[in-house]
Amino acid sequence: MLASILVTGLVNGGVYALLALGFSLVFGVARIVNIAHGAFYMLAAYLIYVLLDVVGVGVAVAVPAAVLGTVLLGLLSYWIAIEPIREHEGAVLITTIALTLVFQEVLLGFFGGHFLANPSWVDGTFPLLGVDVTYQQLFTLVVVAVVLGGTWAVLERTRLGIAIRATANDRVTANLVGMNVRRVEMATLAVSAGLAGIAGAVVAPLRVVDPLMWQAPLVTILAVVVVGGLGSLKGSILGAFLIGYVEAATVFLVPSGSFIKGAVALTVMVTVLLVRPEGLFGVAFEEER
Amino acid sequence: MFASWSRVVRGALAFALAVFASQALAAGTVKFGIAGPMAFIQGEDHWAGAEMARDEINAAGGITVGGKKRKVELVKIDTNEILNVADAATALERGITRDKVDFVLGSFRSEAALAMQEVAMDYKKVFIVVGASLDQLSANVEKDYERYKYWFRISPLRSSDLVKSSFAMLGSVAGEIKKELGVPVVKVALVAEKAAWTEGFVKAASGAIPKMGMELAGVWQPSATASDVSADLTAIKGSGAHIVFTAISGPMGVALGRQMGEMRIPAIPFGINVEAQKEGFWKATDGKGNYVSTLNFYADVEITPKTLPFVQAFRKKHNRLPTYTATTYDAVHVLKMAVETAGSLDADKVVAALEKVEMVGTASLVSFDKQHDVTFAPGKTMPLGVQWQDGELVAFWPNGWNGITFKGVKPFKVPPHMKGQ
Repeated sequence: MLASILVTGLVNGGVYALLALGFSLVFGVARIVNIAHGAFYMLAAYLIYVLLDVVGVGVAVAVPAAVLGTVLLGLLSYWIAIEPIREHEGAVLITTIALTLVFQEVLLGFFGGHFLANPSWVDGTFPLLGVDVTYQQLFTLVVVAVVLGGTWAVLERTRLGIAIRATANDRVTANLVGMNVRRVEMATLAVSAGLAGIAGAVVAPLRVVDPLMWQAPLVTILAVVVVGGLGSLKGSILGAFLIGYVEAATVFLVPSGSFIKGAVALTVMVTVLLVRPEGLFGVAFEEER
Repeated sequence: MFASWSRVVRGALAFALAVFASQALAAGTVKFGIAGPMAFIQGEDHWAGAEMARDEINAAGGITVGGKKRKVELVKIDTNEILNVADAATALERGITRDKVDFVLGSFRSEAALAMQEVAMDYKKVFIVVGASLDQLSANVEKDYERYKYWFRISPLRSSDLVKSSFAMLGSVAGEIKKELGVPVVKVALVAEKAAWTEGFVKAASGAIPKMGMELAGVWQPSATASDVSADLTAIKGSGAHIVFTAISGPMGVALGRQMGEMRIPAIPFGINVEAQKEGFWKATDGKGNYVSTLNFYADVEITPKTLPFVQAFRKKHNRLPTYTATTYDAVHVLKMAVETAGSLDADKVVAALEKVEMVGTASLVSFDKQHDVTFAPGKTMPLGVQWQDGELVAFWPNGWNGITFKGVKPFKVPPHMKGQ
C-alpha cells in the first residue's frame, strides 16, 4: 500500500503542480486571484477537441494552436474585463468568477453538457515501484519539470523576467523607474494563460472534457497555492505534492470515504494557515523573489 | 401626434388579439410540461421521447377529452438540475403557474425530483417521474396517499428494485467469470458515487455480496462529480477484485470506463453506469471503455413488440440510441390512455385511471403498484444488461433468467486481459 500511496501521490501531485503554477504566478506578479485560471484550462481542452475532432488537424498543430488561442483569450479577457477595474481587487476577483461562468455557459451553449474526450498523447502503462502508471501520467510529470524549468529561466534569465520580478516586488517603484507595469502584467497574464493552456493539453486527456471541468481542479488549486503560500512558485510545487499525497493517502486508507479527499485537502490548508498564516513559502519568505 | 397615438392603439390591439388568439388555441390543447436538464442528454431525451409521442398522437387527431379531440402541446421546462438542484423546483413552479401545464413529466437527479414532487403535489398536478430512482419518492405515496397520490414513476425502477435486478445480473456475470477464469471465489469491489440514491445500494450490496458466495473486496465512494478515479482504481487493482460493481450516474462513469481501460485493470466494470448507457460513451472514453457493462432500458433487442420500432425511429431521427429518459414517450402515451379513460383532465380522475392502467410500452409493460411505481416483475418491467463490445452497445441479459430471453441478446464477454491474471 505504501508504494501505491507514494506513486499515486507523485502522479496526482504533478497534475496539481501543473494546474497551480500559472495561478500562483499571476497572483505573485499582478496580485490577481484569477479564478478564471480553471476556465482557461477548460478552454484549451475544448480548443484541442475542436481542432482534433472537428477541424481534423494533428496533435502537433492542435496543441500549440490551442495554447496560443488560450493566451489570446486570456489577454482579451484582461483587456476587456480586468484592466478597467484593475485597482479594485475585490471587483477583479468577482470579475474572474464571472468570466469563468461566461466561458462555462458559452461552452454549454455550443457543446451542450455532453462529456467529451481528448486522446492521450501516449498510450500504455509503466510499472513504477510495482504500481501501473499510464505514460500520460508520467508525461505530465515531465511537462511539470520542463514548465518549471522554463518559467524559472524566463524569470531569472530574461529582461521580461526581471521586469516581472521587479513589478511583483514593488509595483509603484517599477512604475517610477519607467517600466510599463501594465504591459508587464499583461505579459504575466499571457504566460499564466499559456500555462493553463499547457495544463489543458496535458491533463485533459487524463480527465473528462465538459463545461464543468474547471470546478473540481479549482478547489484543489486553491488549496495547493494557499498551502504553498500565495504567489510562491516553489510553494505551489511543494503544496501540489503535499495535497497529492494527502488525497492519495485518504483514498487508500479510507476507501469508502474517498469522496472526502477534497475536504481533507482543505482541512490541511486550514491547518497550515493556522500555524503559518502566510502559507509554507508565503510572501514573508519570498521578498527577494 | 394623432398619427403616433393611432399607431400605439393599433399596436396594442394587435398585441391583445395575438394574446387572445394564442390563449384560445391553447385552450384546445392538452399541455404536457417536459421537465429536465435541457442542456444535457437527459433533458434532450426527455424532450425527444415526448416529441415523438406528441407527433404520433397529433397525427392521429389528438387526445379525446370528454368527446372532443385535443392536440398535445409540449412545454419545455429547463430544470438545470445538473448544474443547480435548487433551480428545478422554481422551473417547475413557473411551468405550472405561468405556462399552465396540465401534466408534468421528467426530472433526473433524485434530490431535484424530491423538491419537484413537493411543488407538483402543492398544485395537485399529476407528475410522472422519468429519470430519478430514489425510493423515498414512491414511499411518500404510501405514507401520505392523499397528498402524494398525483405522483407516479415510469422510469427507471426505484433504487431498491434496481439493486435487486443488478444482483440478478451480478450473479450471471460472476458465473461467466468463474467459468472463463476458473476462480473458486469471485471478488467484488463496490464503487458507488456519494449520493442519496446510492445509500441503499451500498448497504444492500455490502450485505448481499457475501451471501451470494462472493467476496467483498472493498467499498469505494468517490465524489459524485469526480473526474479522476485513478487512485481508487490503483487500490482496486491491489484488492484483486474481478468485478467492479458500480452505482454511478455522473461524469465519474466516463472517467472510470476510460481509466480502467488505460490502466488495464484486470476486472469487469458492471452495475449501474448512466453514462455508459449512452452511445456517446465510446467517444467520451476515447474508445477505452471496452467491456464496460451496465443496466439499461433500451438496446437493439425486443423487450416488447414496440421496442424495436421505437428504437429504430429514434435512431433515424437523432442518429443514436435513446437513453432511459426517452421513456417520456411511454409516459405521454400512458397519460393519453388515462385521460381518455377518465374522460377529463381532472387530476383526481386521471389518477384513478392511471392506477388501473395496463399498457404495452417501449421499455416495459406499464402498470403501477400501490406506491405508484412502475411494477417491477419478470415479464413486466425489468432492465437490460448491456455491455460495450468493440464500440457497440450489446445487450447480454436477460438470457434465460426466470425463463426470459429477449430476442437479440448476445453473449457476455470477459476482457482478454483478465485471463492472463
